[in-house]
This record gives sequence, structure tokens and C-alpha cells, in this order.
Amino acid sequence: MKSAGPKIDRNTIVISIKDLQKSFGEMNVLRGIDLDLYKGENVVILGRSGSGKSVLIKIIAGLLKPDSGMVKLLGSEINNLDKKELLALRLKIGFSFQSSALYDGMSVWENLQFPLVRNRRDLTKKQVNETIEQVLNDVGLLQTIDQMPAELSGGQKKRIGIARMLILHPEIILYDEPTGGLDPVTCVEINNLINKVQLQYNTSSIIITHDLSCAKSTGDRIVMLSDGIFFRQGSFEEVFNTDDERVKSFYNYYILNQ
Amino acid sequence: MDTALKNSQPHQKSGTLQRKKIASFFVSVYDVYKFIAGFFKEVFTGPYEFKEIVRQCYEIGCKSLAIITLTAFITGIVFTKQSRPSLSEFGATSWLPSLIAIAIVRALAPLMTALVIAGKVGSNMGAELASMRVTEQIDAMEVSSTNPFKFLVITRVLAITITLPVLVTYFAFLGLAGAYLNVHHNESTSFTTFMTNAFVKISFLDLFSSLFRSVVYGFTIGITGCFKGYNAKQGTVGVGRAANSAVVISMFLIFIEEMVIVQIVNYFR
Repeated sequence: MKSAGPKIDRNTIVISIKDLQKSFGEMNVLRGIDLDLYKGENVVILGRSGSGKSVLIKIIAGLLKPDSGMVKLLGSEINNLDKKELLALRLKIGFSFQSSALYDGMSVWENLQFPLVRNRRDLTKKQVNETIEQVLNDVGLLQTIDQMPAELSGGQKKRIGIARMLILHPEIILYDEPTGGLDPVTCVEINNLINKVQLQYNTSSIIITHDLSCAKSTGDRIVMLSDGIFFRQGSFEEVFNTDDERVKSFYNYYILNQ
Repeated sequence: MDTALKNSQPHQKSGTLQRKKIASFFVSVYDVYKFIAGFFKEVFTGPYEFKEIVRQCYEIGCKSLAIITLTAFITGIVFTKQSRPSLSEFGATSWLPSLIAIAIVRALAPLMTALVIAGKVGSNMGAELASMRVTEQIDAMEVSSTNPFKFLVITRVLAITITLPVLVTYFAFLGLAGAYLNVHHNESTSFTTFMTNAFVKISFLDLFSSLFRSVVYGFTIGITGCFKGYNAKQGTVGVGRAANSAVVISMFLIFIEEMVIVQIVNYFR
């Protein structure tokens, strides 16, 4: 069960998605998605592999263009933004990649310095170093500052990926499979980190996962995606208290692995 | 009637396939045009990544010195050795320095340097950017509100366009040095006499056209490698394909450009 997070502001919608559709060739991946994310809320989108979760999150981040529908981030519709406006909006959005996507030719320090110095040109060298150390401290990996990504474990890479996006103090965070490919102990650590980030940085997040323990411990609201549509949403207990076969198969697998 | 319909189906399928291929060819041409237009749009707008340009110049230039040195030196020696018998038949070995200088400065230095660099640097650019694309590193730059095109493409293309003329000059001097060794071995000519004879037939147009060609080849290698890498698809297979096609396409383009530029230069000669 998720520990108490920050107070959710139900009057402020930070992400609003209406009738979102996306196809690749003949395949309709998203078939009319509607979602509102409130300020301070963590929404978990659960679904099987290939259900379109990653496509959805990439559309929200502006990495993919939808076929139709509307995505509003912090009041701005991303399809209507020019390049400059999109760059400005992206400063307020953090994206944690499934593969961590650390720049493998750069050290941990350089990975964190890269977005910081390009977006905060007013900072002095000392301030840059302090900010990097602060963020690394927050994710508990200050000791890796001079290491290269190839020298880090999977869990450490995820944490550095989270640190890299936190360095710009985003208001919204999009997590793509944050616990994918990690051992159970590291999963718990990442889940705790997600909750810590929500509290400490006062963020609203969308967490894409198929890991129910991650969903249970990080989500204020769970949304289930199947065949390109959201078919169920609510708290963890509300979502799984059902006879729907699509939900039960998910839950049974979770129970088996507990 | 049914048989006739069945027989016509393969033709229809191949017709559709051909139409798709033609359409995808034009889409690719448009993508290349957009990529090059994007380069010229971004290259004249700040902020500039000077540090990265210098780093790329070092990676491309300094790290290619060994292979350029070897290629140039051996080319000079071998070319002189192979030309000597034909010239000596006419008693014209004294023309050897001029002949070699013309061959190296006008043709061999820009062309061979470009081909060596296309193989070494073009493939590296294609593979590096492609692996960044398939591991979502380019997407990560984009979502962190930085411009990956500026950091990855502009810097590399500028660096190779700046570095190649330097490497071509280096190749030409080393090629001539290799040729001098052979000439000195056979005729005991002094270095000053060799160089004076060598540059008698070299005009400003020759030097300018060589440097101009090296700029064009550098740009071609850079744009091709970056285009293939930046737009790579299909995971690790895509990385290999990007590296391979970066080399093949840039070599192909270099030969075509060589033909065109030689025609233009000969018109002015």
C-alpha cells in the first residue's frame, strides 16, 4: 500500500488527454484514451506488454505524434506548440526511460551536467557542481559521480536516470517501466525513490508499468490499459476487486509471485 | 475466368510493391533534403557547442593521423616506383617530381584521404549515432529540453568539414615525402630540388580545387554518417546497417562528386 504522499490538488489538472488515437500501419495501438492527471498525483498505467503504454507516454512527452485527439500539458496543447515552445515546456517534464538511456560516452557527472548547463546558463561552475551533488545525494548515489554508465548496475542506472531528470526540477514526471528488469529488492528501492521524489520535489507523475508491486506502492490511482483503451480505474483495491478476467489474470500472476 | 483472375494477382502484387518502393524512395529523398535543410538552419543559429566541435576535430583528425600517414607515405613511394619505368623509356625521369605532384595534389590526396576517412570516421559516426538512437539516448536529450541535432549532428559535420582539408594537406606532404625518398634513392636529388621541380606544375587552381573538394567530401561523409545514424531503426541490426550504409553511400557520393568537380575545374583550366 502506498504511503501517504503530498496532498492531491483536484482543482488543478496538469495533464489532460482527450480521445487520443494512434495507429502503426494496420494496428490501432491507442483507440480513444481519456485521462486527467491532477497536481501532486501519481497515476499508474497498468497493462500487458504491447498494450500501448510506452506509445502513450511517448506521445505525452512529444516524442511521437498522435493520429488524433488532444494532449494538454500544464495548459498547453502539445500539438499546437512550435519547437521553441515545446523545448520550454519540456523543462517542466521529466522522463525516466525504461533503458535508463544514460549517455554512455559520458561519466555520471557529465550525464547530469549535460542538461543542466544547457538549460541553466546562469549557473556558475560551483553552483553546477553543488546541484549535481545535491541530486545525486537525493538518489543515494553520490559515490558514483566519476563512474561511467557501463560500470553501474541496472538499479544504479535507473537512479542516475531519475537524478538526471530531477536536476531540472520538473513538475511532471513520466516513468516508463521504472522497475523493469530489476531484482525485487532493487524494485522496492526504486518504488521508495519514486515516492520520495513525489514528496520532496512536489511532482505529479504517470508511471507506466506491468509490475503490480510497483503499482501498489507508488500509485494514488491505477488505470488499466488493454486493447488501446482504459477499461478500469480507481485505487489499487477498487481496480482489483472485480471478476473481470483481464484484471484477474494480472492479479493472479501477482499473487503467485508474492 | 477464375484462372485469369488468379494469374493477374501476382502482377498486381508486384505492381503495388513497385509503387511502394518508388514512394519510399521519394520519401527518403525528402528526408535527406529535410536533414540537410535542418543542418543549414541550425548551423547559423546559436548557442554553439564549441567544446564538442573541438573534441570531434580531435577524434576525427588526431586519431586518423596514423592511418593517413601510412596510406600517404606508401602511396607516394609506390606511385613513384610504378611511374619510373614508363618515364625512363622516354628518358623523362626528370619529370617524375612534377608528375607525382600533379597526381598527388590534384587527385590522390583529396580522393584517398576522403575514402580512408569515410571508412574510418563515417562508419564510426553512423554506428555511434545509431546506437544512441536505438538505446533512446537521443530521445533522452530531446526530452531534457536540449537539441540533440545541434549537439550530435552539427558538431560532427562541422568537425569533419574543417578537419578533412587539414588531413588532405598532410596527406599531400607525406605523399610527396614518400615520393622524394624513392627519387632520392635512385637519383640522389636534394629535397629542395625535388620540391622545386614538384611544384613547378602546380597552380593556385590545383591547390584551391583540392581544398574545395576536401571540404565537399568532408561535408558528404559527415552528413551521410549522421543521417544514417540519426535515423537508424530496428535495434542492433539497424546499428550495423547504419555503419555499413554510411560508408558505402559516402564513398559512392565521393566518386560522383569527384567526377563533377573535375569537369568543372577542367573548364576553368
